[in-house]
Amino acid sequence: MSEPIILLDKVNKWYGAFHVLKDVSMSVGKGEKVVVCGPSGSGKSTVIRCINRLEEHQKGRILVNGVELTGDVKQIERIRKDVGMVFQSFNLFPHLTVLENLTLAPNWVRNTPMKEATETAMHYLERVRIPEQANKYPGQLSGGQQQRVAIARALCMKPEVMLFDEPTSALDPEMIKEVLDVMVGLAHEGMTMVCVTHEMGFARTVADRMVFMAEGQIVETAPPAEFFAAPKTERARQFLGQILGH
Amino acid sequence: MSDNASHAPKTASEIASHVEEPSQAELHTHRRNAFAALGWARENLFSSIPNTILTILSVTLLVWAVPPLLDWMLLKATFLSEDPAACREAGGACWSFVTVKHRFILFGLYPYDEHWRPLLAMGLFIAALAVSCDSRFWNKRILYVWALALPLCGLLMWGGWFGLTFVPNDKWGGLPLTLILATLGIVLAFPLSVLLALGRRSDMPAIRAICVGYIETVRGVPLVSVLFMASIMFPLFLPEGVTIDKLLRAQLGIMLFTAAYLAEAVRGGLQALPKGQYEAADALGLSYWQKTRLIILPQALRLVIPPIVNQFISCFKDTSLVIIIGLYDLLTTAKTALADPSWRAFYVESYVFAALIYFLFCFFMSRYSQYLERRLNAGLKR
Repeated sequence: MSEPIILLDKVNKWYGAFHVLKDVSMSVGKGEKVVVCGPSGSGKSTVIRCINRLEEHQKGRILVNGVELTGDVKQIERIRKDVGMVFQSFNLFPHLTVLENLTLAPNWVRNTPMKEATETAMHYLERVRIPEQANKYPGQLSGGQQQRVAIARALCMKPEVMLFDEPTSALDPEMIKEVLDVMVGLAHEGMTMVCVTHEMGFARTVADRMVFMAEGQIVETAPPAEFFAAPKTERARQFLGQILGH
Repeated sequence: MSDNASHAPKTASEIASHVEEPSQAELHTHRRNAFAALGWARENLFSSIPNTILTILSVTLLVWAVPPLLDWMLLKATFLSEDPAACREAGGACWSFVTVKHRFILFGLYPYDEHWRPLLAMGLFIAALAVSCDSRFWNKRILYVWALALPLCGLLMWGGWFGLTFVPNDKWGGLPLTLILATLGIVLAFPLSVLLALGRRSDMPAIRAICVGYIETVRGVPLVSVLFMASIMFPLFLPEGVTIDKLLRAQLGIMLFTAAYLAEAVRGGLQALPKGQYEAADALGLSYWQKTRLIILPQALRLVIPPIVNQFISCFKDTSLVIIIGLYDLLTTAKTALADPSWRAFYVESYVFAALIYFLFCFFMSRYSQYLERRLNAGLKR
C-alpha cells in the first residue's frame, strides 16, 4: 500500500470525564473510500472532526499527508487547506452568494486570482449540476442544492481528502439521492473520501472499507461485501439488524 | 387590426353607453370609498367595547391637550421680537429667546464674528457623515472623504493658518462640540469594542482576562465618574509640565466608556452565530483574522444593529455630561444662555430648542439603522 494520507495512531479524546475516543487507529491510503458507521454517540463524527482539528485529541498521533497535527496553528491551517469537509448542516455562508461561497477560500487561502477562482467555481458548480444558481444566496436554495454547493465549495480548494460528516442526515428524503449521486461521481473519479453516513446503499456501492464504531472504539473493519454479509462481531450484527431490518 | 375594428362602437346608443359608463363607475367608487372608511372605523376603532372606550378616551385626551399646546407653541407665541417684555405680554412660547440666543446656543463661546467657521465646519462634517451613510462610498473613497473633511474641519475650528485667527479649543462649544465628541467617540469606540468582544471570547486566557476586566470595570462605573477621573485625577498621574488637553481627555473618556458597552452588544452577535459558521470557515483553512473579517463579523454585526445603534444614540446624548468638567456642549450652552437675567424665565423654550436638535440627530440615526437592516438583510430572506 502507498503512503497513507491519513494516519490515526491510538487516538484518545475526552470531553471532561467522558472518554469519547479510545485508542482509535486507522489509516486511509490515497484514493481509498472509507465509510465510518455506528450507533449515535459512538464517536464516529468526533473521529473525522479530529482529522482537520475541529476537535482536539488529547493522546495519540494524527498525521495528514505526513504532517502531524499539533497545537501549531500554521500546521493546522496547512492541513485544513488539503482536507475538504462537508457538514451535516451545510454551513454555507448565508451573507455571500453561492459563487462567493466558492471563491472565498481559494482566493484568500490559496491566493488564487479571482478570475481563475471563478472559473474553478463554475466548473465545480457544473459538476454538481447547479451552475444556474451561482448568483443566488444560500437561503434561496433547497437543502439538497445547498449541500451540493457545500461539496463544490470544498472541492474548489482542490483537497487531497474529502471528509463527509453525515452529509444527508439533514435532508428531506427526496433530496438525498441528488447529493449521493454527486458523492458517487466523486468516488469514481478517485477522490480519497472518509464518510460518516447511515446510507448503507451508498456504502455498498463506493466503500473500499467499512469501519464500524461503538462506544468510542473501532469494533470492526472489513470490506463492505464481507461486513454486510457476515459481520464478525455481535455489536455490528445488532447495528445492521436495526438499520437494515425494515 | 380587424379585431380592433370589430370592437369599435358603431351606433349612437353604443357610443352613449360608452361615455356614460366611466361616470357610473366613478360614482360607484365614491360610494365604495365612503363605505370603506366607515368599515375601517368600525373595524379599527369600535370593534369591541374596550376598544370603543379607548377610542373615546384618546379623542378626549387629544381635544384636551392639543389646542392649548398649539395655542402656546404657535398662536400666542412670539417669534421675532427682541424684547422679553413682548413675550410676557403675549403669554405664549417665547421663541424670540431662540432668535436672540441661537448663536450662543449653537456655538457657545466661539468668537462671535467667527461663527461662520464652526458653521461651515459643521456643514462639512455633516456632509461627510451623510456621504458615509451611502453604501456606494463603503470602500476606499470613504477614507478620502474623511482625510479631506477632518483636516478641513480642524483648520476651520482652530484656525491659525490662511489668515484665520487662532481659536483655542477651550472656546469651542455648542453643537460642533457635541457633534465632535459624539461622532469621534462612536467612530473610535466601535473598532475598539469589536476587539474587546473578540478578546473576551479568545482562547488565550491573558487576553480574555484583560478584556473581561476592562469591560466589567468600565461598565461598573458611571460615565460621570469616568469623566471626572479623566479631567481631575488623570492629570495628577502625569509628570510635571505635561498636560493633555481637557477636550481630548473628555473625548478619550467617552470613547473608552462607549467601547465597553458596545463590546457587549457585539459579543451578543458573535454568540448568536451558529457554531457551524466558525467550523466551516476553519475547515476551509481560513486564518483567524480572515475568518473573523470575512465570515464572522459581517454576519454578527448585522445581527446586532439595533443594540449598536441604541448605544450610538445613548452616546450622543451622554456627551451632555461633559458639563461637569466644564465643557460647553449643546445642552450646557442652552442652559448658560438662560443666565441672561432678562430672559431667565424662558427655560422651557431653551430646553425645547436643544431637545429638538438632539431629537433630529437621534431620530435620523434610528431611521438610518432601520434602512440599514432592511438593506443588509435583503439577501438573507429565507
